Parts: sequence; C-alpha cells; structure tokens
Amino acid sequence: MSFININNIWKQYDQTIVLERVSAKVEAGEFITLVGTSGCGKTTFLKMLLGTESPSRGSITMDNIPIPQEPGADRGIVFQKYSVFPHLTALQNLILAREFERAPLLGKLFGQSRKEVTEQAQAMLTLVGLEHTDDRYPQQLSGGMQQRLAIAQALMKQPKILLLDEPFGALDPGIRADMHQLILKIWQQTRVNIFMITHDLKEGFYLGTRLWVFDKVRYDPQAPNAYGATITYDIPLGHTDRNTYKEINESLHHSDTLVTRTEHE
Amino acid sequence: MKRLINIRPSPITKVILGALPFALTLLVYLWASDIRLAENPNDKLMPAFSSFFSAMGELVFEPSQRSGEYLFLQDSISSLRRLLLGVILSASVGLVLGVLNGAIPVLRANLSPYITIVSLIPPMAVLPILFIVFGLDELSKVMLIFIGITPFLIRDLQSKTLELPSEQLIKAQTLGASTWQIIIRVMLPQVLPRLIEALRLSLGPAWLFLIAAEAIAAQNGLGYRIFLVRRYLSMDIILPYVVWITLLAFLFDWLLHVFSERAFPWFHTSR
Repeated sequence: MSFININNIWKQYDQTIVLERVSAKVEAGEFITLVGTSGCGKTTFLKMLLGTESPSRGSITMDNIPIPQEPGADRGIVFQKYSVFPHLTALQNLILAREFERAPLLGKLFGQSRKEVTEQAQAMLTLVGLEHTDDRYPQQLSGGMQQRLAIAQALMKQPKILLLDEPFGALDPGIRADMHQLILKIWQQTRVNIFMITHDLKEGFYLGTRLWVFDKVRYDPQAPNAYGATITYDIPLGHTDRNTYKEINESLHHSDTLVTRTEHE
Repeated sequence: MKRLINIRPSPITKVILGALPFALTLLVYLWASDIRLAENPNDKLMPAFSSFFSAMGELVFEPSQRSGEYLFLQDSISSLRRLLLGVILSASVGLVLGVLNGAIPVLRANLSPYITIVSLIPPMAVLPILFIVFGLDELSKVMLIFIGITPFLIRDLQSKTLELPSEQLIKAQTLGASTWQIIIRVMLPQVLPRLIEALRLSLGPAWLFLIAAEAIAAQNGLGYRIFLVRRYLSMDIILPYVVWITLLAFLFDWLLHVFSERAFPWFHTSR
C-alpha cells in the first residue's frame, strides 16, 4: 500500500460538483505541486487532506487510516497569510508548539523545560534563516519572514505531511526565489511529504517531484456546475519536456474562456 | 490650494484647535455669569468661580457637621467603589462568557439568543426589581452596572473571538492544541486588548447607571450629592461635581489606553 491513497473521491455542495473521480497514490517523501484555475477545487482537495473538509464520496487514507475530519498534528499547514500568531514573538510562536504538547493544562512551560524547548526553537529559527528575530512580533517581520516563521512553526511538530496553500502568493519575485531554496532545503533534510498549491505554473514545475493539474474534463455550458474537476495531468517532474509545459499552460489559460474551449472540443 | 481633506494641522495648531472649544466654553460661561450677577447678585444659576471655591472648599476640607465625614472624599470613594466593583465584575463575566461563546459553537447556540434578548432589556426598567431583590444598599447599585454593561461585553467579545482568522485556529490544531489550549493560548490573549477597548466604551454607560442608581436611593456618592443639592439650586456644587466626574471618566479611559499599550504592544503596532 502507498503512504496516501486517494480512492475515487467526489466533493459536492448542493447541486455544485467541485471534484469528481479523483484518484491517486502518493508515496512517502513526494513533493507534489497542485495547479489549476481558481475555483477548480484544488483548495478543497487540500482541505480534505487537512481535515476541515471531507469527501462526499470516496476516501483518503494515510498509512491505511482514513484522514480524521479535523486538523491534527501529523498534518502541518502554511496558509498565504494569518499563519502565525500575532500576539506572540517569533520565538514564542515556535515554543508554543512544544507547550501544547507538554503542558496540557496551562499551555505554558516554565523553568528548565522552557529553556530546553527554547533551544529547539532557536535551532529551528536558524534553520529557516530567522536567527536574529527572536523577540520580534510577526507584524514587525516582512511578508517573506512571516512565511519563514510559519513554515518553521509547522515543522516544529515534525508532521508527516506539510500542506502549503499558495504560501508564496503574496511575495515579491526575488523573495519568492529565496523561499523556493528554503522549501527545497527543508524537503531534502526532512523528507516530509509536501502538497503545495500554486498559481504559478513555473513554480509548480520548478519545485516538487510531481505535478498535478486540476481541471474539468467535461463541461456543459447550460449547467456549468454539473461536472467537477479532477486530476487531468499527473506528471513526474525532473524530466518534463517543453511541449508538456506549453500544453498545460495553454489548457490553464483556455479554462478562463470555457465557452471557446467547448467549441474546440 | 490643496483639498480640505488633505490639509493636516501641524502639532501646535492641533493643540490650539483642540483647546479652543474648551476655552470658548469657559469664556462664554464667565461672560454670561457676569451679566447675570450684575443684574442680580443672588443669582444661583450661573455662580462666579469664587462661589465654586467657597462651596467646594466646605465639602472638601471641612468635616460635615452631621456625620463628621469629609463629604467630597466620602462621595468619591463610595461612587468609585461601586463603579469599579460593577465594572470589574462585568469585565470578568463578559470575558469568560464572551470567549467561551465565541469558541464553542454548541455553547453559542445555547446562550447567544438568550443574551441577545437579555441585552435588549432596558436596565433602568429593572432597577426597581433590583432594589426589591438586593435592597437599597451597595449591591443593587453594583448590580445595575453589571446588568447594564455585561450583555454588551459578552456580545462584543463573542464577536471579537469569532473574528479571529480561522487560519489561526486551524494552525493551532495542526500544532496539536486541545480546545482548552486554543482558548487560553490563542483566543484569550488576543481578546484581552479588545476587552480593554470594549471597557473604554462601556465606562460611559457604567457612570450613567451608577449616577441613576445613586440619584434614586443612596446615602452618599457623587450622583447622590448632585441630586440632593438640586433642591437648593446649588449650581456651585453641581457644576464642580460634574467636572470632577468627567475628569474621573477621562482618567479611567486614559489609564486603560496606556495600560493596553504597555501590556499588548503587538496589538497597537498592527494598526
């Protein structure tokens, strides 16, 4: 059995079908990038892995166990924003993860045990390149630094999978490149499973070992919600030819003008 | 010429502009008082400043002939005690219920409609009930303040808790937090500065309820004194008392603000 099994899942809200017939197998340590037009259901899919949404049909299992219907410590997440706690300093944001674990009643550690986890947290800050920001609050950090902090925070629990929901979407191109280096470094060091949604197809191709494209294969102009999206491309990366990139790029752009596309079909 | 919305006063101009209405009020009072006193030296409606000093001097510095107490001090202490008791009690209950309501959907479904309806009861309308149930002593006055501002605090803090980005709550769960840990480490600390804001807003109503309760039944207190001397048209006492109450209200507001800035720097840098 694979690490994660996605067995023919559907997601439906009332009459609207968001996802249909999504199936895939994921091995441990894969880095999967998810692309697709907005509203294609890739975020919904990520939420199912996270546990805040559940499939209408089908199942997702991790280590042969269905994914619980609420978020848990084995699945870390970084959102585009609001991922860190504004009332805690950078260091406290990381320590918090340990405090949840070791202080069930007060949620706060003191004395020797606090010293211990502070060291761990500082090491983690250094890993993501935030070594001199201990006492700063998130608002005092730049957007890129906040995302570094968010990633570090998610890693504190050593999750089995790390979910990234357009984590670099709001960052400048230069900073984004630095973040790519960081995420690759972390992935190589920890071999955590990564699922990353991105709007940027290039980013999707550059990072990761596998690319999924979410799109609708069937489309009815009279009932645009009658069919859902599924994984239309599942490409192992590293040896992709230029034509495939072009093809996907075009298919993504065509989806914006769906009527034209159905005429082509 | 710039648009009016783009013209900003310099710091000095700002101070002068801000002080102007105060100075104007004072001048108009002095001018009108002079005219009235020139016509009738015994006029009680707009006494001269000298009358304020002599009337207040008695209350502040001379023990009362009847009870031997310094009345101004006694009034202030009594009123402040009632006000603080009421406000602290409301803040505690408001914080606990507000955060719990915001955090736990089942509890919210259970309590929220009830609190919404209760908050619509005009507190002054139940004052007679409070007097009957809690007696004419301190408790009924504290309870009036409590009943007057707690529903607002609960509702406000509930909505402030609900306004916390869901991303944060999800993130906390992925860090392994339990419901209780999320409440005390994520929600509560972020709602505290908002409690201070809500308290600053509810201090006005709190004073209103305090003075109303004191006006109706009390042995002392700032509100009691004002309504007592009204019988003798003693504007020379009423006006200084009003100024004193305003000053106290301003002081509380300012102290809360300063406290919030010191205690929650992260809250104030984000704006």
